[in-house]
Amino acid sequence: MADGEEPMALDVGSSGDWDGRWRHVQKFLERSGPFTHPDFEPSEEALSGFRHIHVVDMDTIDVSNLNRQFLFRSKDVGHPKAEVAADFINSRVPGCHVVPHFKKIQEFDESFYRQFHIIVCGLDSIIARRWMNGMLLSLLVYDDGVLDPSSIIPLIDGGTEGFKGNARVILPGMTACIDCTLELYPPQINFPMCTIASMPRLPEHCIEYARILQWPKEKPFGDGVALDGDNPEHIHWVFQKSLERAAEFNIIGVTYRLTQGVVKRIIPAVASTNAVIAGTVPSRENTALFAYVPLNNYLVFNDVDGLYTYTFEAERKENCSACSQVPQKLQFPPSAKLQEVLEYLTENASLQMKSPAITATLEGKNKTLYLQTVASIEEKTRPNLCKTLKELGLADGQELAVADVTTPQTVLFKLNFTS
Amino acid sequence: MADHKTNKDQRYDRQLRLWGDHGQEALENAHVCLVNAAASGTEILKNLVLPGIGAFTIVDGHRVSGEDVGNKYLKLSCRTVLLNRAQATTELLQELNTDVSGNFVEENPDRLLDNDPEFFHRFSLVIAVQLEESTCLRLGSVLWNAAVPFLVCRTYGLVGYMRLVVREHTVVESHPDNALEDLRLDQPFPELTNHITSYDLDNMEKKDHSHTPWVIIVAKYLQKWCREHDFQLPRNYKEKEAFRQLLREGIRKNENGTPEEEENFDEAIKNVNTALNPSKIPTAVEDLFNAEQCENITSQSPAFWVMVRAVRDFVQAEGRGSLPVRGTIPDMIADSDKFISLQNVYRERALQDAAAVSRHVESHLQAVGKLPECISEQDIRLFCKNAAFLRVVHCRALVEEYGVDTVHKDEITSCMDNPDSEMVLYLMLRSVDCFYQQHSRYPGVYNYQVEDDIVRLKLCVHSLLQEYGLTVNVKDDYVHEFCRYGAAEPHTVAAFMGGAAAQEAIKLITHQFVPFNNTFIYNAMAQTSATFQL
Repeated sequence: MADGEEPMALDVGSSGDWDGRWRHVQKFLERSGPFTHPDFEPSEEALSGFRHIHVVDMDTIDVSNLNRQFLFRSKDVGHPKAEVAADFINSRVPGCHVVPHFKKIQEFDESFYRQFHIIVCGLDSIIARRWMNGMLLSLLVYDDGVLDPSSIIPLIDGGTEGFKGNARVILPGMTACIDCTLELYPPQINFPMCTIASMPRLPEHCIEYARILQWPKEKPFGDGVALDGDNPEHIHWVFQKSLERAAEFNIIGVTYRLTQGVVKRIIPAVASTNAVIAGTVPSRENTALFAYVPLNNYLVFNDVDGLYTYTFEAERKENCSACSQVPQKLQFPPSAKLQEVLEYLTENASLQMKSPAITATLEGKNKTLYLQTVASIEEKTRPNLCKTLKELGLADGQELAVADVTTPQTVLFKLNFTS
Repeated sequence: MADHKTNKDQRYDRQLRLWGDHGQEALENAHVCLVNAAASGTEILKNLVLPGIGAFTIVDGHRVSGEDVGNKYLKLSCRTVLLNRAQATTELLQELNTDVSGNFVEENPDRLLDNDPEFFHRFSLVIAVQLEESTCLRLGSVLWNAAVPFLVCRTYGLVGYMRLVVREHTVVESHPDNALEDLRLDQPFPELTNHITSYDLDNMEKKDHSHTPWVIIVAKYLQKWCREHDFQLPRNYKEKEAFRQLLREGIRKNENGTPEEEENFDEAIKNVNTALNPSKIPTAVEDLFNAEQCENITSQSPAFWVMVRAVRDFVQAEGRGSLPVRGTIPDMIADSDKFISLQNVYRERALQDAAAVSRHVESHLQAVGKLPECISEQDIRLFCKNAAFLRVVHCRALVEEYGVDTVHKDEITSCMDNPDSEMVLYLMLRSVDCFYQQHSRYPGVYNYQVEDDIVRLKLCVHSLLQEYGLTVNVKDDYVHEFCRYGAAEPHTVAAFMGGAAAQEAIKLITHQFVPFNNTFIYNAMAQTSATFQL
């Protein structure tokens, strides 16, 4: 999905009013109609609109953002998006107060997210979406197994790609969550290594060769210098190497634009699609403001051929690993190696973990069976991958705790031995 | 090839990947007119200014009101309240992109139509927003006669509306989402047959065998099948399954008789269904061949139709009933050499076919006294590559939609079989326009009017339905709802319509992707939408 979106500031508070300012909104708040909810009473808050908005964005502004991200100008290139967006709105919209956070969403914990009435996401990765999803799920309070509705923080998620987009409403604990519909997301394209290494056919294969194989080997900009897709000199190097590779195999089509697109996994984006999806998001927020009964929770939009919208109710998955509270099962024979469990966690379509860390309680102590993200621990626990579950001392019915970047909470799995 | 991209290349990078440099050029040469700088209008223009349209001109006689500022908080601020709306909006939009040239005319569109209707002839596209019915129809008529495309856009309460009016809009690059490949396996051209013959599957080395493109494999086995089946291709499910089995048996086995892993054969088996699709000319393209514009090529004929005719001539001659070969093949498991040489067979044939089409183009141009350079080789090649995806859109004049004898009664009535269809929202919009005609205002703008206006609006609905002889039921709820709206223009709906309309404008200007035909309704209550041809 595409770059993060600027926030939508909604109609604002009563300070700084002038004649006629609210004429467009008042009609909806003060007049009931045939489609409004009979029990609706516009609250003080709804009448005053969303006054306080926090924006979290770890990115700085790039010149390629300017074709669609209208809160930013040329002079803002290089500055943090959150801060520039906040300044823009604070100076132009009286009564609205936007607080910027030039940080990753993962740098905040429950105490931060708990303070909000609603969260709107325009994130650029599925991992980030799953993390936010998991965070809001962790805030849910259950009294005797019954969900306390005041602990629900609605999540509105939108994304676009070229002329396609979607927007969805998630009421954590009540409606389908991100993980419930994980299989809806198309898999990322990764070319097989043997194709890249010895049998290239497409210009993309040549580019990946330069990126994945030649760069680490030749270290063109020094030891330990990683390939930075935003550095034109790095891209230029990859481009030249790709051309050489392509010439070797008589492949045509390597261009600078394609090189950058492949290295950065660029997704095309335009102002119009973003405007359409951004236009639906406040409507979803405003179902409370405008007093309409919220209907189906998932909207898709496509304007390649005419204009097409489709709205449906994404259904909760009964055994969703994120929101179902159903303990997840792992079925393996005791002779299976830990490596197989790791592969299952990453390759299973409903789990799709990235680099899971597996721990278990053995002999009363918490033991890390395998952890990838810290080099020293990875080295120490790597031999465990070749050991069988039995050899590792795991028993039937044992609980395994799995941590991963896709969720802020550890996921508990119950190990069932098959024969 | 430029090493470091220009600033414009960088700025527009994400959209260049959608419509290419030539699409961008078309945008930068365009001059769009916006009539009425209402919220929906500024949203549309914002979405055209950001991607770098050449120029825009706003026609608006209004002064900025408190309402406008409340509705477009990002665009206007309190200090502009005294300015005219056209000027204020122009200045703020300019700020978004200094490459764009912004102009304004502080004038009522009705006055312009009275005094200088030809003012509108200079534009690539005219977009009218929140325009009264009578002015809209007048403007529509002027633009139709001048063959200038016209896009009408409205935000009315929680309903969005767009109507496209264009005599003839041609699209070469429609960029279909799921296009079938053009492999010609059912009727291989000579060079393809020769290439296939050069392969000796049975006597190949193991490595070569498992890295032969699936297209070759299917072609080879198809030859075998045809010899045994009286030169008939596998037709039904049973035969295709038998063919797949034939492929399975072709997988090499090791010393123990177990089949080796040959992914290329797996690909071949998977692709049997689509590979055996007959290479047919799509109906949409046949329709173009039969069109009057194709039959009669004159010196006025647009390049599009000259090329359609040339392709038709090709189909009847060199093409032997088929379109020019597209020239691209999908990626498939194969070693580099085999893939590239197969790809080149298709590519070279495509060039050959395009050259033949080019000769037909030249002869038609000559016949009407024009130079062959009028239509470039590049354009002809692009046309041939997209021959199967050509589209022509006709969106009829407003006067026909409004005419009692020409109204699309059947379309309206059948949609209204479901009384909650978006069609009812169209009928309501027409009804509030009737109301405006009678009362010089929209219903329910002030609280005290709402109740009485419900009765008045209901009368308008009835008279509208009667006038057009529409026996449909418009529920009272909708009359109620449209009074409640009080002709408001909520920003969220304006934002949605701004995005939708801007994208249609871009399609019209770039001639890429396919515009809607011809009425689009957005229901912001339910977040649903529909397209009707009215």
